[in-house]
Amino acid sequence: MSRLLVCPPDYFSIDYEINPWMRRSNVVAPERAIQQWHRLMEVLERDVGTVLERMKPVAGLPDLVFTANAGVVVGRKAVPSRFRYPERQREEAHYEGWFRAHGYEIITLDPDMFFEGAGDLLGFHDGWFGGYRQRSDIRAFPVLSELFGKEILPLELIDGRFYHLDTCFCPLSGGDLLYYPAAFDRYAQAAIADRIPTVSRLPVPEQEALKFACNAVCVGKHVVLPDGCPETMTWLESRGYLPHPVPLDEFMKSGGSAKCLTLALD
Amino acid sequence: MSAATQETVVLSGHIIDSLILAKVLDTILMMGGTFDLEQVSIGKTRNEPSRARIVVRAGSVKLLADILRAIQPHGASVEGEVDCQLKTAPGDGVFPEDFYATTHLPTQVRLSGRWIDVDAIEMDLGIVVNKDRTKAAAVPMAGVNVGDEVVTGRTGIRVVPLQRPQERDVFSFMESQVSAERPHGHIIADVAKRMEVLRDGHRGGKSGCKVLVAGGPAIIHAGGREALTWLIDQGFVHVLFCGNALPAHDMEADLYGTSLGYGLSAGRVVPHGHEHHLRTINRIRSIGSIAKAVETGVITHGIMASCVRERVHTVMAGTIRDDGPLPGVITDSVAAQAAMRAAIPGVGLALLIASTLHAVATGNLLPATIPTVCVDVNPAVPTKLADRGSFQAVGLVMDAASFLRDVARELGWKG
Repeated sequence: MSRLLVCPPDYFSIDYEINPWMRRSNVVAPERAIQQWHRLMEVLERDVGTVLERMKPVAGLPDLVFTANAGVVVGRKAVPSRFRYPERQREEAHYEGWFRAHGYEIITLDPDMFFEGAGDLLGFHDGWFGGYRQRSDIRAFPVLSELFGKEILPLELIDGRFYHLDTCFCPLSGGDLLYYPAAFDRYAQAAIADRIPTVSRLPVPEQEALKFACNAVCVGKHVVLPDGCPETMTWLESRGYLPHPVPLDEFMKSGGSAKCLTLALD
Repeated sequence: MSAATQETVVLSGHIIDSLILAKVLDTILMMGGTFDLEQVSIGKTRNEPSRARIVVRAGSVKLLADILRAIQPHGASVEGEVDCQLKTAPGDGVFPEDFYATTHLPTQVRLSGRWIDVDAIEMDLGIVVNKDRTKAAAVPMAGVNVGDEVVTGRTGIRVVPLQRPQERDVFSFMESQVSAERPHGHIIADVAKRMEVLRDGHRGGKSGCKVLVAGGPAIIHAGGREALTWLIDQGFVHVLFCGNALPAHDMEADLYGTSLGYGLSAGRVVPHGHEHHLRTINRIRSIGSIAKAVETGVITHGIMASCVRERVHTVMAGTIRDDGPLPGVITDSVAAQAAMRAAIPGVGLALLIASTLHAVATGNLLPATIPTVCVDVNPAVPTKLADRGSFQAVGLVMDAASFLRDVARELGWKG
C-alpha cells in the first residue's frame, strides 16, 4: 500500500513570484483550486488505491500545498528540505514538525546546503537522480547518497520554467521515463540516455512538457498526470500503464501539478 | 607562471556516469585554463561515490577566479587550506627533524591565510620564514640559524609545475634529452639564438638576461679556449663558474703556449712542460690576483683576461686535488657554494660544459625555470644531472671545443 503526504489548498494563492509561472496578477480561483485538489485526491484514493496522510494547512504559507518539497523520506528516515528562497523557508518547520510528530528519524542538512526534497530527488529502485542548479545545491547529493546508500546522478537543470527535477523528469515503475530533454544541459541528457534505453524513454513534446506532463504520480501501473497531454497518455498506454488525467490548471499558476502536490512516504 | 594562479579543487559523489567530472574539466579548458587530475578514485560499486582532486591553472588571477566561479555550482569546491607548519631550528646549521626539503620548482607556502612565494628557490634546501611571517626563502642547511622558523611537514605548501614556454625551441620541451646520436645542429642554433636575445636584453639593462658558463679545464685541452674567449669579448657571457684548473691552464696557455704541458698548437710534449701550470699558478700568487695580472699586462689574452676586462662575475671553487691554488679560488666548499648561489639571480641561460663536478654543483643551485644545457663527451654527465633532479637540462653529448666553436660561429665568430 502506497502512502502519500498531501496538504489541502485552504490558503493556496500567488503571494510572491519565485518561478516564471508565478504572476501575482494571475489570481487563483480558490473554489476551483479546492475542487481540482479534491478531484486529484479522489483519483489517488479511489482509482489508484493510495493512502493519503493530510497535513494541516497554515495561513500565510500558500505553497505548503506542494508537499513534494517537504523533504525526502526513505523508510523511517526523513530529510527535511532547505529551501533556496526565504518565501518558502518558512515552510521548513511545519514539514519537519509533521515528520517528527509521525515518528520519523529526522536528518538535517547543513543550513547553507539548499535541497528541495522529492522535487529534486527522484529515481528508480536501483539508482536515483538529483536535479541541481535551479533550486537544490549539487553538494547535497553526495551527503544523501551516503545516508541512503544509493547512487544519485546529478542532472543540471537549465530552463527556469523547469525549476525542479519533478517538473521535467518522471521515473515510472517499470523502469520507463517521461522527461523533457531541453530542460537539461547536454551532459545530463547524455547521462540519462546512457542509463535508460531509448525504448523506455519518452521525450515529452514541448507543448505537453509545458503542461507539466512529467509532473505525474506513478503508483504501480497507475500514472496520474495533468490533463491535456494526449501524446504522453498514448505512449503510457503503449507501455502498459493506466493514465489518469486530472485538471490541475489552478496549480499551474504557481508552477505545480500532480506530483508537486504529493510526497511519497514509503 | 606564479603559483597564485592555481588552485586545488575537489569533486565528489557520482561524478563519472553523471558526466559531472567531464563537464568540470571541459569548462576549465573551454574558459582557457588547464588542469591536472591529481587523484581520481572511482567507486567500486554503482552506489559508492567517486572523488577527484583537480589542480586548476589559469594565465591570470582573474581568469582563475572566473573558472572557479564557473565550476563551483557543479560541486567543485576549493580544497580546505591550512597554513604550513613551522618549527624552530634547534641549532646553527641544523633543520628541525621533519623539515620540508625543497624542489627547484616555483614554490609557495601558506602563512596566516596567504600564499607567499618562496624566494631563491633551489633544490634540497629548507624554507625559512621571517619573524612577522610575511616572507619565506629557501635556505641551505649550513645557512640556518638557531631559532629560525623552518617549514615542516607537507601541508600548506604548493609546488607549481613548469608551464611550457612560449618559445618553440629546444628548451620548450622542458625535459632532459640526452642526445648522443641525434643531430646537434638545431640545439646549437637554438642556444645561439637565446644568447643573442639575452645579450641584447642584458645590454638594455633587462633583468634575467645573464648567461652562466660553468666549465672544466677540458675546454682548454680540447681547443675551445679561443671560441669561449671570443664569446666573452662579445658580451655573451656574464657569469663564470670554474675550479682552479680552468683558469690555471688558460693562463698557462697565455704564458707558455701549453695546456698541462702540451703545446697547444703543435700538440707535442714540451720539455718540462708539466711544470708550466705550477709556474703559472706561482706567478699569479706572487702578483696577488688574476685581475692584477691582467691589469699589469702579465696575462694579455684568453678566458681569464677577457673575464677581467668584461667584468664577468667569476666564482672559482677549489677541490682537494688543486695545485696552489690560484688567488681567488675559494677553498671552503660551503663558502664556495654560497658565492655561486649569490651569482645565480639574474641568470637566464646556463651552459654547463665539460665538468661533472661543476655541472652537478651548478645544476643543484639552479631553479627549474632557468633553461640549461649540459655539454659533455661522456653521456653519464647529463644523465647524472637529470638523475639528480635537474630535469630541465638539455643534454648534449659532444666535445666541449666543438660546442663552443659551433655556438661562436653561429654568433659570427670567424675562427
